[in-house]
Amino acid sequence: MSAIRLAPAAEPAYHAGFMTMTDYGFDRRHLLGIEGLTRLEILDLLDRAEANVEIGRQANKKRDSLSGRTQINLFFEASTRTQSSFELAGKRLGADVMNMAVAASSVKKGETLIDTAATLNAMNPDVIVVRHHASGAVALLAQKVDCSVVNAGDGAHEHPTQALLDALTIRRHKGRIERLTIAICGDIMHSRVARSNILLLTALDARVRLVGPSTLIPSAFRDMGLEVTTSMREGLKDADIVMMLRLQRERMQGSLVPSVREYFHYYGLDPEKLAFAKPDALVMHPGPMNRGVEIDPQVADGPQSLIREQVEMGVAVRMAVLDAVVNGRGARTEGSA
Amino acid sequence: MSAFAKRAGDTPPLVIDNARVVDPSRGIDAPGAVIALGGVIAAAGPDALNQGQPDGAEVVDAGGAVVAPGLVDMRVFVGEPGFDHRETFASASRAALSGGITTIVTMPDTHPVIDDPALVDYVFRRARDTARVRVRPMAALTKGQAGQEMTEFGLLKEAGAVGFSSGRQVVANAQVLRRALTYARDFDALVCHMPEDPDLKGAGVMNAGDTAVRLGLSGIPSEAESVILARDLRLARLAKGRYHASLVSTAEAVDLIRWAKNQGIQATAGVAITNLTLNEIDVGAYRTFFKTQPPLRSEDDRLALVQAVADGVIDVVVSNHDPQDVETKRQPFAEAADGAVGLETLLAAGLRLVHAGDLSLSRLLEATATRPAALLGLDAGTLKPGAPADLVVLDVDAPWVLSETMLLSRSKNTPFEGARFMGRVAMTVVGGQVAFRR
Repeated sequence: MSAIRLAPAAEPAYHAGFMTMTDYGFDRRHLLGIEGLTRLEILDLLDRAEANVEIGRQANKKRDSLSGRTQINLFFEASTRTQSSFELAGKRLGADVMNMAVAASSVKKGETLIDTAATLNAMNPDVIVVRHHASGAVALLAQKVDCSVVNAGDGAHEHPTQALLDALTIRRHKGRIERLTIAICGDIMHSRVARSNILLLTALDARVRLVGPSTLIPSAFRDMGLEVTTSMREGLKDADIVMMLRLQRERMQGSLVPSVREYFHYYGLDPEKLAFAKPDALVMHPGPMNRGVEIDPQVADGPQSLIREQVEMGVAVRMAVLDAVVNGRGARTEGSA
Repeated sequence: MSAFAKRAGDTPPLVIDNARVVDPSRGIDAPGAVIALGGVIAAAGPDALNQGQPDGAEVVDAGGAVVAPGLVDMRVFVGEPGFDHRETFASASRAALSGGITTIVTMPDTHPVIDDPALVDYVFRRARDTARVRVRPMAALTKGQAGQEMTEFGLLKEAGAVGFSSGRQVVANAQVLRRALTYARDFDALVCHMPEDPDLKGAGVMNAGDTAVRLGLSGIPSEAESVILARDLRLARLAKGRYHASLVSTAEAVDLIRWAKNQGIQATAGVAITNLTLNEIDVGAYRTFFKTQPPLRSEDDRLALVQAVADGVIDVVVSNHDPQDVETKRQPFAEAADGAVGLETLLAAGLRLVHAGDLSLSRLLEATATRPAALLGLDAGTLKPGAPADLVVLDVDAPWVLSETMLLSRSKNTPFEGARFMGRVAMTVVGGQVAFRR
């Protein structure tokens, strides 16, 4: 994980010769990560997603901005919720959406990632949505195709649409991101959600805290100036948002954490620990949840939980992202990313 | 003999007068007295009796003998649960008291292995009901001592485990130890590890050297210890956890520990009294009571270890009390189990080093009481006012000869059978009560 920038430098989003106010918005060909996005690009995507929320609540949800376009969902890792969210987002915008069932595909027969990319590219899609278990794989694929690429999660690197939907959910409830205290708790080490959220939330001037056992938090985060604590009491104190992360089963039986019961005892978000946060603190989780491991069912399904709303915002954010990368000027400008 | 179960508040005051008070925690070694009130130290030192004696006190005239903090033995194997025929908490407790030990830190290598909070609780309950010394359990470092998965450091510590020990085992997988040290940091838990490479040890049964060759026994090279220790110290540096080498036995290990301390690594080390006072030649004619883990090493190693204890490079001296029965010891040397009982001889054997001028009495007591208590976070190993009145009265010049029949331990596998000692425990006090009087 090289060179994570907590506060992206004011990297201009405009292209020489086309500088107007709107040029500060998101106008890229790909969305590979939050890293490198400017504050204004992020806000632009959030604003566009905001407008999509209403569409999802209407009887007729169909729009036509991707009409006639082809979207391929290429998921090397199984993911019901992210894949269906991207599928629905594409369909609502009128795109023809194809899901590549990787498990049954030529990848199983030994085809390399780059060969797969070349094959798909020959079908002339407009956008490929990729999830891959290896960090950096999505960026590699993006170099080999002529269409737009959206990162739906690569290894422990980034999951940019998740961070955007989390930010949208927070902003709709708290009215802002800046100066909020946001505690991200649990398995930071293996979480692409955490990395994208840290980048996005700090870019929007939130105060981000990381909470978890030392075995699950790389010490580099502390060196980068983030607040890191092993105590939920300390980490949740005065928090506006408590963001829980999923702990993979194979990591909770002695390798990084001794047992589920010890993990839940110290880090599981139950009503007692949630009480350390502000009374109006909101609880988030990227899903799928392990009830009784990182989160108590009472909290997951309680009044402070935004977990279901996150799913709804997911579709709105992905609509905005798909529309932006396919219809933006970046898509029409050869070589710009 | 249920006196220990009485509430400390009921304990009558105890005054030990006409004593040489040695308290390494405060740098005191002077004529004086100790007053215990309500189970805790009220005063100790030259000025202790300035306010007079408390009413109704039992007054003991020490006759110039040493009064010091009761010993904290950081490495004691007890057979309960699972091997009660070798040692129970009751028998270990009697042996400890006769050796001036008031706190025993028990190893988790029982059957079952102490790797669950409910088992820690079991140890406390058995100790409360049957032991007169304080029993502080270490929990296993990995589940079942299998070296693969760390135990629940948080819950075990809350249950009362004072540290986490690999016992007789080594954690061969460096990643497992690294993660354990990292996780332990969150709970300020002490990770105690036995540095012994199982592959380099191989079939070895005693120190590799002339004696092993002459006896036709396979040797355990020094490197079996130093290779793992060098690895461990670097892992401790990486993980920033508190690491304790349970036992070291070689000159090379001393150099490594010294290096680590100079680097600022949070590392400490212990040594068994047997490795400080015996060497490989003592194995003689295949005497299995001299078969220990780590093995008795060369005289050069022994001298380096003694110097390291004197210098403070090695922090702690332990009995490494490991009761074994006839079935495991009356075997050909190579097939016999490791281990020697030591609760009753830790102090007496340690005094050999004091009488030889290698260690001061204060340093010996520091390494056997004050320092282990500090490493484990115990309120022990000190005579400062307010601390529990756990004391030993020690006649440092009394000569005696150890015979197996004197041993109170249930197992008799002592390497000191027939040994001549100078210095003997006259009285042991736990929580202000006289628990042992010779």
